Amino acid sequence: MDTFQALSDPNRRRIIELIATKGQLTASDISENFKISSSAISQHLKVLREAKLIDMEKRAQQRIYTINTASIHEIEEWARKMVKTWDERFKKLDKLLEDLKKKGGKK
Amino acid sequence: MNDTQFEVDRDNLEVRITRVFNATPDKLWAAYTKPELIVKWWDNTEVDKNDLKVGGAWRYVSHGGDGSVHAFRGEFKEIEEPKKIVRTFEYEPMAGHVMTETLNLEPVGDGKTKVTTISKFDNAQDLEGMVSMGMKEGSSAGLDRLATVVENI
Repeated sequence: MDTFQALSDPNRRRIIELIATKGQLTASDISENFKISSSAISQHLKVLREAKLIDMEKRAQQRIYTINTASIHEIEEWARKMVKTWDERFKKLDKLLEDLKKKGGKK
Repeated sequence: MNDTQFEVDRDNLEVRITRVFNATPDKLWAAYTKPELIVKWWDNTEVDKNDLKVGGAWRYVSHGGDGSVHAFRGEFKEIEEPKKIVRTFEYEPMAGHVMTETLNLEPVGDGKTKVTTISKFDNAQDLEGMVSMGMKEGSSAGLDRLATVVENI
């Protein structure tokens, strides 16, 4: 399961937001915030773990979930690079449009 | 002003890029459709085909700084001068993964135009594929090659 597929589900995105807000949560903590069944939550947590968006640690009988910050950071980094690339291209387009205006003015 | 907005909408499988330009839609239309103008703001890119009519083919070839060549192609679906272009988009090595790209030019007064590009993906895997390719290219060979990969989205 890849990152974007994992994030394509609104419930999974809410789970991530919830864990990110609280820092760490158990599966039952998470279930309390949702109307869907705890087995559905388990399935979502499995998908998110496989996509490396969250980490799980076993403590005694509990499974504690935390955000995988490196993975989240990678997505943000990609978006930042895309903005930079388009900014640079659009600056060239600004210049071209200025040139077109000047040519238009001569007519 | 003139900030580039970049948005990934995972619910609708869309990537949207928005920016306001200090020019009329006519000028932007020319910059987006005339091959001799396209190459002025898209680095190292040749316009191989640009048959600007519904059903017409387009194909651009980009040259990476390391000698690599990347070709992109598709078909025009809707043309409404100077407002809107809808075309399909395929990266040739990944043929079959077709996305639909919509360009909207909207006058916002004072001689300015808001440009919105929407890339609509068929499925989440294709969207993720584009992202991971962009990440890989970007980290291994700098922004030039990233630009090659993403410039037609």
